[in-house]
Amino acid sequence: MLFLLETVISGLMAGVMYSLVALGFVLIFKASGIFNFAQGVFALFAGLALYDFIAQDGWFYGLFGFVLPVWLGIIATMGVMVIVAWLVELLVLRHLVNQEPIILFMSTIGLAYFLEGLGDMLFGSDVKPLNIGLPSGAWDYLLDNYNLYVEKLEIVAAVVAAVLVIVLAIFFQKTRIGRALRAVADDHQAALSVGISLRMIWVIVWSVSGFVALVAGVMWGSKSGIQFSLSLIALKALPVLILGGFTSVPGAIIGGLIIGVGEKVAEVFGGPYVGGAIENWFAYVLALAFLLFRPQGLFGEKIIERV
Amino acid sequence: MSLKRNIGDTILAVDQISLSFGGVKALSNISFSVNEHEVFAIIGPNGAGKSSMLNCINGFYHPQEGTITFKGNTRRHVSPSEAAREGIARTFQNIALFKGMTTLDNIMTGRNTKMNKGIFWQALRFGPAEKEEIEHRAVVEKVIDFLEIEAIRKTAVGTLPYGLQKRVELGRALAAEPDLLLLDEPMAGMNIEEKQDMCRFILDVNDEFGTTIVLIEHDMGVVMDISDRVVVLDYGKKLADGTPDEVRNNQAVIDAYLGVAHDDEE
Repeated sequence: MLFLLETVISGLMAGVMYSLVALGFVLIFKASGIFNFAQGVFALFAGLALYDFIAQDGWFYGLFGFVLPVWLGIIATMGVMVIVAWLVELLVLRHLVNQEPIILFMSTIGLAYFLEGLGDMLFGSDVKPLNIGLPSGAWDYLLDNYNLYVEKLEIVAAVVAAVLVIVLAIFFQKTRIGRALRAVADDHQAALSVGISLRMIWVIVWSVSGFVALVAGVMWGSKSGIQFSLSLIALKALPVLILGGFTSVPGAIIGGLIIGVGEKVAEVFGGPYVGGAIENWFAYVLALAFLLFRPQGLFGEKIIERV
Repeated sequence: MSLKRNIGDTILAVDQISLSFGGVKALSNISFSVNEHEVFAIIGPNGAGKSSMLNCINGFYHPQEGTITFKGNTRRHVSPSEAAREGIARTFQNIALFKGMTTLDNIMTGRNTKMNKGIFWQALRFGPAEKEEIEHRAVVEKVIDFLEIEAIRKTAVGTLPYGLQKRVELGRALAAEPDLLLLDEPMAGMNIEEKQDMCRFILDVNDEFGTTIVLIEHDMGVVMDISDRVVVLDYGKKLADGTPDEVRNNQAVIDAYLGVAHDDEE
């Protein structure tokens, strides 16, 4: 029983990580209808940039002979992500207005590989242990009293994700820019007619998803070091989105948790019977089942065409 | 009815506007002017270029030739968001509302150009952004009150009947407190009752707020009733303009509408 609980908790925590990446996808998809394949690479890129601002062997230290304190490093990285967002708008999106979704999607695949290459070129491809002073190790209280092993870092990640979601919910529902974002997602022409600037909105939304990517990158990086396999989480976020619905922020969270818990539990309890490695395919099979029976996901808007 | 209002000077002057898409001339050499506080109608058969004309005025289309002067500001090209900031609001022929959002939120977007607190405050709806929201909410409530749509305040507009959607769209335009309101077929597809309501709202807007209105409409009864002046377009050319009576008796207009001897050579 205790073992099951531990499995579920560790699954939940892995799920929080998936949710963080999926959240970035949802934001961009909601506002522009673009499925941003590069979201995972964004997380990687943010992690790499942060590492270089604050670590002794980063190029920032090489250039200036000192490193930034962590909080300043995070702000600087945010700056980098805003610049990336701005460049994406300027060099890619602006020229693809009104194109087919598949063309926009392909452009984000190109973007993903470009950024991955750029990251490799700028920062090198070795695994970088990101240490920004988040607590690590087991939570002693639970271990001592209930004999339950829970990592402190995972608790922090869960709290950060929760705060992030609340902030984003307020931003989207209750402010002018949030309303403008939803308006753009709904109808470009009408949004223009009330004086919303599409370019501005795109830069904002890509920056916000860059910010989410930064949080995801920091959390993954603190857990298992910053490595290029991080960009592959993008593929794990895909079933999360299918589960939760592409346009739903809560869906991204719940979907991430379901997949995190599901694959851990399946691996631990079902693994021995089929020779293990369930973790690798569980999410995709679940997504397939959803596509067959509930294609709009748990929270997605049901698509009804009036004829 | 027009006795009460003071028709002012020219607020919008369209001068020699030509617009083409590839080889197709949508508008050629169109000129007319609209006076402040006036209700001005653009009429003409289907494909006459009426909607194109509105799209030029609010910056969706960029005409190749000619200029548009709005409030003394002469230019050829303007972006839609600039036009909105200068005080031009509009509605669309095919309703263009934000379907997933509530009536209230839809109308709030109309306040977009009037709200300017930075993204850092907005991120948490904190401090000045909070105060700003509340102020603008008051204006929006007035609009809702004016259009008598209190009951559907929190309803997602996608689920509303057509006539009400049209009204919400008008509300969104009004929320911007525009100097110039462009209405593209505000009564298309409505039944008699809905048309009467819409007519009343248009006249009330014009009367109470002094808003200048340029509208496109096919229902001649309505047009002749509510407009101060009318311009007639046909195949992208101007046939006539003047008061409803003048236009009604203009031979070129009668020919166009009754379909007499059109030269198809162009």
